[in-house]
Amino acid sequence: MKRKKRIQRVVLYVSLIILTFIFLFPLVWMLVSSLKDEFQIFRDMKSLKAFLPPAPNEVEGGYLHNYIAAFQRVDLLKYIMNSLIYTTGIIFFGLIVNSMAGYALARFRFPLAGFWLGVIIATLIIPPESIFLPLYVLVYDLGWVNTYTGLIVPFIANAFAIFLFRQFFLDFPKELEEAAKIDGCSQIGIFFRIIVPLSKPVFATVAIVLFINHWNDFLWPLVVASDESMRTIQIGLQYFMNEPPIKWGQVMAALTIATVPMLLIFAFLQRYYVQGLTHTGSKN
Amino acid sequence: MKGNSSSAKQLTDQDHYEAPSEPSIKKVPPKRKKRRKSQAFQEALTGYFFLAPALILLGVFLLYPMGAAFYYSFTDFYILKPDDISFIGFENFSYIWQDAQFRQAFWNTVYFSVIVVPVQLAVALGLALLINKKLKFRVFFRTAFFSPVVMSLVVVSILWTFMYNPNEGLINQLLGVIGISPQPFLTSPDQAMNSIIVMSVWQGAGFQMMIFLAGLQNIPNHLYEAADIDGATSWQKFLHVTLPGLKNIALFIFITISIAAFKLLVQPMIMTQGGPLGSTKSLVYHIYETGFNYRDVGYASAMAVVFTMIVLTITIIQRVLIREERG
Repeated sequence: MKRKKRIQRVVLYVSLIILTFIFLFPLVWMLVSSLKDEFQIFRDMKSLKAFLPPAPNEVEGGYLHNYIAAFQRVDLLKYIMNSLIYTTGIIFFGLIVNSMAGYALARFRFPLAGFWLGVIIATLIIPPESIFLPLYVLVYDLGWVNTYTGLIVPFIANAFAIFLFRQFFLDFPKELEEAAKIDGCSQIGIFFRIIVPLSKPVFATVAIVLFINHWNDFLWPLVVASDESMRTIQIGLQYFMNEPPIKWGQVMAALTIATVPMLLIFAFLQRYYVQGLTHTGSKN
Repeated sequence: MKGNSSSAKQLTDQDHYEAPSEPSIKKVPPKRKKRRKSQAFQEALTGYFFLAPALILLGVFLLYPMGAAFYYSFTDFYILKPDDISFIGFENFSYIWQDAQFRQAFWNTVYFSVIVVPVQLAVALGLALLINKKLKFRVFFRTAFFSPVVMSLVVVSILWTFMYNPNEGLINQLLGVIGISPQPFLTSPDQAMNSIIVMSVWQGAGFQMMIFLAGLQNIPNHLYEAADIDGATSWQKFLHVTLPGLKNIALFIFITISIAAFKLLVQPMIMTQGGPLGSTKSLVYHIYETGFNYRDVGYASAMAVVFTMIVLTITIIQRVLIREERG
């Protein structure tokens, strides 16, 4: 019996290690290759060295030579800035607009409130891919192609965020607001001075969900930000893959750069993200 | 259900926080009657003030394009001639059935979904069960399985295109180690879609694993203890305690993956441009090409309408199944 248990234990750990290899090797290879020159990448691929960083004296130009070359080759900094403006714009306006809407649907009694809630939830099942073409025509007619406005404004209102905010505000104790009302505080004052400061967790969750979704966006920036100076990082990455000369080391460096912000978010704020999504998951 | 944990905590800390909303409304009907009309009007005004920005934006940038797509689908709208739109009835829709590319894209998408959905669900559940134990380095394993989620689909697609390179790619080198001859992967019509499937499961499973883990932790321990007392084997415990406890979460994940799978676009667009021989062209990709490359907005809109119908049908069928399961 004891022996059987021990064998089970060994099998468990061996399979865990194999699985870890399967899930990690592409990432490790990407990071390690971004430090090597072309010759080293292809030479090392035939052995375990593929997953080990090169010796420091082995790389000409230092560990970061691919990163420096990547930044010199295209304006990666500009792409990263564009991505940051795009995502923070959506997050900033999105938090205001969606939290207000969620609050209205959780707190106020007004005609058609139930109807609007139904409409907002119904829009959740419209696949965004199916409206991109007419949305592009609209944004084109508004003269917003190749502008931050065109990138940001269509995605400020977000039914999923409104839904998360509403669920949170439904559980929010009413007494605080009533006390503030007696003290003569206006509704807008109550919301921005009392509710918002006390709702940091839900704001954090929505901000992270929006960041992850839009940092990774591909289709909309591709069609709206066609001009080189408006490209986001996800679009800019393709340059390294498609424009000769194709340098594997530079590709891996550019991919790593695009992943760093996500890595930071997940390393420090993962809790909020998983919380937000499991929250809705268990509710459905 | 609603946030019971958070409000329960508040009740114990500060007992003057009574349960909000419904009861207090019911307690004071006379007061409500007394409310002057102007007060109700005031509340409606404030409500709309808070709701209006979101409603207007959703209306303009979601509902209007939705309607426009429907309208365009009955016209011959061509982007380069925006002033020359004429109504052509169902012509676009009847053309869909003659369009061999559409048919191919449709079946490619179905193939992708039918394989990715169950495989990814099973992998995610398997991973969650494996590490939902007392393990050394548990956090390390969990982080490892989750790590592909941190990369964007674009990054993953580019990375794997290089890994799948038939001559110099990493995968063929690794396969060589275990004695498998080099494979063509993305360059072969037979293997391209399967290669994309493997990569997609690899990228996505860790995320659903996290949701499953949260679900596993919500299964009350006393159920397992009771099963132990009844002398249940671990297989029986899995079948009669774990699986029923995960049913709702599994259904939620099932819906999310199915819809995401049907929207397949980024992977073929970056990795194969739909080739070779159209073997990885997906539905959304075909719509994109028709609309943005060939500028045939009318026909692309008709396909978008059909695509929306398909996604809606999947959603509705799954919702109905869930409701029956529960009833």
